[in-house]
Amino acid sequence: MAITLVIDGKEITADDGMTLLDAARENGIDIPTICFHEATTANGLCRICVVEVEGMRLLQPSCIVKAADQMKVQTRSERVERARKTILEMLASTMDLSDAPAILTMMDEYGADAARFPGAARRESEVKDDNPMYIRDYSKCLLCWRCVQVCAEDAQYTYAINFEGRGFKTQIGTFFDRPIPETTCVLCGQCVGVCPTGALKAKREFLLEQGMSPQEISVLNTGRKRRSKA
Amino acid sequence: MPDFDLAPLTPAIEKYIPLGRPGLLPALHAAQKIYGWIPESVAAEIARHLRVPLADVHGVIEFYSMFYNEPTSRRVIRVCTDIVCGLKGGDGILNRLCEKHGLQPHQTTGDLSLTIESSPCLGLCEHAPNALVGDEAETDIDPKKDSHMLGRPPSWVYGPIRLLTARCGNGTASLEQYGRYEALAKALSMRPEEIVREVKASGLFGRGGAAFPTQIKWESVAAEKADQKYIVCNADESEPGTFKDRILLLDDPHCTIEGMLIAALAVGASKGYIYVRGEYPYIIPPLENALREAREAGWLGGNILGSGFSFDIEIRVGAGAYICGEETALFESIEGKRGFPRVKPPFPTTHGLFGRPTVINNVETLCNVPLIISQGSAEYCKLGTAKSPGPKLFCLSGDVERPGLYEAPFGVTLGELLEMAGGIPGNKQLQAILLGGAAGAFATPDQLDVKMTFEDLRAAGLPLGSGVVMVFDETRDMREALNRLGHFFAHESCGKCYPCQMGTQRQKEILERVASGKTLPDDMIRLQDVGWTMTDASLCGLGQTAASAVLSAIKLWPELFVEGQKSKVG
Ligand SMILES: Cc1cc2nc3c(=O)[nH]c(=O)nc-3n(C[C@H](O)[C@H](O)[C@H](O)COP(=O)(O)O)c2cc1C
Ligand code: SF4
Ligand code: FES
Repeated sequence: MAITLVIDGKEITADDGMTLLDAARENGIDIPTICFHEATTANGLCRICVVEVEGMRLLQPSCIVKAADQMKVQTRSERVERARKTILEMLASTMDLSDAPAILTMMDEYGADAARFPGAARRESEVKDDNPMYIRDYSKCLLCWRCVQVCAEDAQYTYAINFEGRGFKTQIGTFFDRPIPETTCVLCGQCVGVCPTGALKAKREFLLEQGMSPQEISVLNTGRKRRSKA
Repeated sequence: MPDFDLAPLTPAIEKYIPLGRPGLLPALHAAQKIYGWIPESVAAEIARHLRVPLADVHGVIEFYSMFYNEPTSRRVIRVCTDIVCGLKGGDGILNRLCEKHGLQPHQTTGDLSLTIESSPCLGLCEHAPNALVGDEAETDIDPKKDSHMLGRPPSWVYGPIRLLTARCGNGTASLEQYGRYEALAKALSMRPEEIVREVKASGLFGRGGAAFPTQIKWESVAAEKADQKYIVCNADESEPGTFKDRILLLDDPHCTIEGMLIAALAVGASKGYIYVRGEYPYIIPPLENALREAREAGWLGGNILGSGFSFDIEIRVGAGAYICGEETALFESIEGKRGFPRVKPPFPTTHGLFGRPTVINNVETLCNVPLIISQGSAEYCKLGTAKSPGPKLFCLSGDVERPGLYEAPFGVTLGELLEMAGGIPGNKQLQAILLGGAAGAFATPDQLDVKMTFEDLRAAGLPLGSGVVMVFDETRDMREALNRLGHFFAHESCGKCYPCQMGTQRQKEILERVASGKTLPDDMIRLQDVGWTMTDASLCGLGQTAASAVLSAIKLWPELFVEGQKSKVG
């Protein structure tokens, strides 16, 4: 069934059951997202996609809220802009965004000031280099949950990783911080694929960035033999 | 790492093994009783028995403040340093205790004989300053006289009426003292729709904080078709300043049980849970005993009084997480998970506990139910106002002569409540009253005439919340109180959504600056941007109200947030 709604003054039609995000995007209206990913269950974490819906007291996360007939939506109202800008400023004061170009672009667009919060505690940790496939640099983690989700029911059913701490001090971690080879991880690489910020990175990419050449890396590469042409 | 003797573990967790993952919190509690904490080998053994992934077990231990994965004593002293205890010298008590034992807060002695912690509000505010020593409440600590009480916390109950609190204040009422479940007997002779209609006619709305009409929840769940429906009693009571549910459950457990039974009858549920916060361990034995008494008398269990109606109740104990009072986080916790709130909709009435239709109500809400059914809604509505009928419990704490639980009809004024509590000690003037708890807002001396009803408070821009009336005299530095609120929310944010996960931390940092006189230019604007972003964009009620008191303080006392502002108290 088709429904009609108004987004930013523009009347659009959408299919019943569609999210506001999909309805907007299909009609050429851009709404930013951070945690949302086609391949993972939407949890509405980052709230960067919030929009103002007439008749609703609070801003609504467009990645999960369904479009409804006759809805009136504003995607760039003053309240929306304040929320997005503040969320981006808090992110910049919390984590290392150097490997997250999409978010840096977003900061420009919303006029977000990376130095807005002087003296703010940052989430910092050592790079974890404990397996041949990927490194984990949680200083760059923005807690989108995607890695935990693909490691569990959204894809792999491996359950190697979960959360440590809570609130601001949350981090992704293994059972009692065991190194990856001592967990149920099967090195499928899906978590690396969905990470938006370079917190999870292919080991080779990481070593290349550290200035090593592919040849040097290949010598380092322990374990497997090079495939021989039979 | 030393190996731990796993032999005592299996018998201790045996009864939780068939539950699978929902057995996780009870199993972790049982393990901690043995070891004091959860070593890696113990966690792995629990994971194996309950068939929960290792990483998930670790994630759960990490979420709850009262579960430990580092060496911790079986004897933990938790000194409350939250807002009311803060006024009454909680910090000093913590410091002296630490000094005496040569520990820092959150440290354990080498021989594992003692752990000392600071704690968020312990729900004992009328007995401030206080602490939880193992499973016992240490209340009304007076460092000067070196005196305190230890054991079951005393119930101080006052007010012009004693309906909900009729049996409170004299220890736990046994079934014999409580008498027959007359209201249940009456409900058994009514059709379920009639019960719901009575509740509707009574105008009962939730006392847990959100003031949602009870009958709407009941009606929805009654209309659902499902193989199983649940009644959940929310006894998480972690809102700073709130202690009413502690007294109701501890002194009169049968009233809550009867309320749950009537709810179950009305909606067609056969199973119930009471979720009690981990900081109320002393409630568990009397509550278990009450359930036993009710079962033995045939009020609870299978085929109740030969009516064909069956309903039973299990207790679940939390482990230090304010967020688990949020209804969906509470379900997650019972399901053996981290207490992350769920996205709503779907609502609990269709997808609640274990995905089934669920009625979740606060303890006080449920305690109104037997009263409504036995009196009839017409009699019940004679008390209170048209829109807020019935009796209400108010938790008075802070700078009043007689802190305690006050029962009064809805419509009593704020000033009358203060008077009942003997006013402000030491000939001091009133400065402000925090209504609704940490998630509330400040009232000022010119608002003492406001009637304590849902509608009048709303018109005054004030929350009723969970009935908190926290009083500050003229000498109090409100920035210090706000600083403690900031700490509370940063400590309790679950971390799921960004506005609250980072906003509570940023808010805390700025409030720390403000309290220590190091306010930076624009800190007030920062607080407002962070505050409004949390209010507007957070996923659940915690983030949505985490800035409520701060924003109300900025409106009332903007001068407190200005650079260079010295202590308010000359
Ligand atoms: C962060 C947070 C904490 C809450 N804590 C409690 C609590 O401790 N007890 C309670 O009854 N309700 C609490 N609530 C409200 C519950 O989500 C829910 O509305 C309530 O249990 C419903 O019962 P009622 O309708 O009888 O009030 C809390 C809500 C939030 C957002
Ligand atoms: S508002 Fe706070 S407590 Fe609620 S989901 Fe978001 S982070 Fe968790
Ligand atoms: S994209 Fe919608 S909440 Fe993150």
